[in-house]
Amino acid sequence: MPNTSFSPSIESRPTYAGLVPQGSAPSIMIADAEGAEAIMDLAERDAAVLDQAHLIYIPKGAKFGSKLAELGAKGYHEEASLDAAMALINRLLGSAHMGTQLYLAGSEGMMGRVSALALSLGLPLDAIQMEHRGSIGRPMQCVHCKGVTQDVTTDPFTCSHCGLTLFVRDHFSRRLGVFQAVCVDAETPGVVPEIQEITA
Amino acid sequence: MSKQMMLEVTEVEPLTPLVTRFRFEHPEKAPLPIFSGGAHVVVEMPDGEMLRRNAYSLISDPNDASGYEIAVRREETGRGGSRYMHSEVTPGTRMRISVPTNLFALDPRARKHVLIAGGIGITPFLSHLRQLDLLQQPFELHYAARSRDEAAGLKLLPKSARIHVQISDEGNRMDLGEILTDQPIGTHVYVCGPEGLISAVLDAAARHGWPKGALHSEAFASPPPGKPFTVTLAKSGRTIEVSASQSLLEALEAAKVEIDWSCRGGACGRCETKVAACDGQIEHNDHWLSRDERAEQKKIMPCMSRFTGAALVLDL
Repeated sequence: MPNTSFSPSIESRPTYAGLVPQGSAPSIMIADAEGAEAIMDLAERDAAVLDQAHLIYIPKGAKFGSKLAELGAKGYHEEASLDAAMALINRLLGSAHMGTQLYLAGSEGMMGRVSALALSLGLPLDAIQMEHRGSIGRPMQCVHCKGVTQDVTTDPFTCSHCGLTLFVRDHFSRRLGVFQAVCVDAETPGVVPEIQEITA
Repeated sequence: MSKQMMLEVTEVEPLTPLVTRFRFEHPEKAPLPIFSGGAHVVVEMPDGEMLRRNAYSLISDPNDASGYEIAVRREETGRGGSRYMHSEVTPGTRMRISVPTNLFALDPRARKHVLIAGGIGITPFLSHLRQLDLLQQPFELHYAARSRDEAAGLKLLPKSARIHVQISDEGNRMDLGEILTDQPIGTHVYVCGPEGLISAVLDAAARHGWPKGALHSEAFASPPPGKPFTVTLAKSGRTIEVSASQSLLEALEAAKVEIDWSCRGGACGRCETKVAACDGQIEHNDHWLSRDERAEQKKIMPCMSRFTGAALVLDL
């Protein structure tokens, strides 16, 4: 499955250009679930990208771990969840130098959270390569309680923090790495549109 | 065109045999608009028949409203603006100065700033340093000059272990590879000086894998002289002669044709003008148009660019 192409939307909706090998350079690669396939495609195009790469993989139930481990990255780390991986990601990014390449592949939740961290460290957006693979579930922030619900696949959905019924918007916050969700029945309490699966 | 103020020259101080510092204040001592590090003003010089307008970086404290200071290098082979400043301007001279504009600001998202100056390109960094001091942000400054005569910044720079000076006449050279290696994540690079230095820094940064978004540059470009040429204005049918030492923008202004402008150095994009027809070659000297736009010859930046060929018709 190639890089997901999302239908045209507002300016703030991120699009993901796909990973392009930058040769043998110090690199941090982070993938979750089907994002593993984007890393394998990248390595197939230029195996040198792995020479100085730390590769972190969060399987989320996918079975690509052993294949990724065999690619031959300088360092390979498998983590049970993004939360568990964040300490390592923080340490690697925080001690990185300019010129380090950042490759992110997989869900919008992971890419949003890691790119927000990288931006907060002063890395410009054009230094972050991203490729979307797998689930189109979105990280949604409830604008009312500020809680983030991960992997949202329906519109509307229920905020996992405050329980409001929320409308999925395409407005994306680069600072937070999440989409914004607003109460769908604020004017007419209880009148909620039919729940639909979101599409790419 | 930016709003202008009539200010009075209050100090003229030679910093080196080549570079002079000028201070401008309001004649009634009214406060001037404060600015941000890296900002410039455009100074108007009524030089005989010609009205020159040159952009100069502000070197004074961005938060000091009591006056503006610039440093001007005398260019013997230039078009005359810097010679005018050195020979005609004395304390008490009143000059028309634009409000400050900034095309070379510090990126507030950066965690560290690496400033690289060549020659008179030190000037924008003098106000940057004041702002960095106020913000208490990490920085390093690398300053290369051919000789001490040219190194006007030496008199104006504070003593600091974070400021590195290389005088090439004394055998010291800047090692760009070393400067660009092992910089912490979130470092941004700013370079100002001759074209050669700017392209050397941008090339070295690309080789070291730096993202474009972390690189900032400002060229001190003044319109290059060239062969005289003629332009035709499509709407009025007028033809205007551009002399060898005049820019197209200056020729249009002399002919009372209104064109919006700001930096007059090919960087800001304000004077972009549509080309209605072009039979010949536009000499693009700006930093604004993309490579494709240059090749199309459908736009020209009159502040910097010239023309050779049979006919150039502007959509004016």
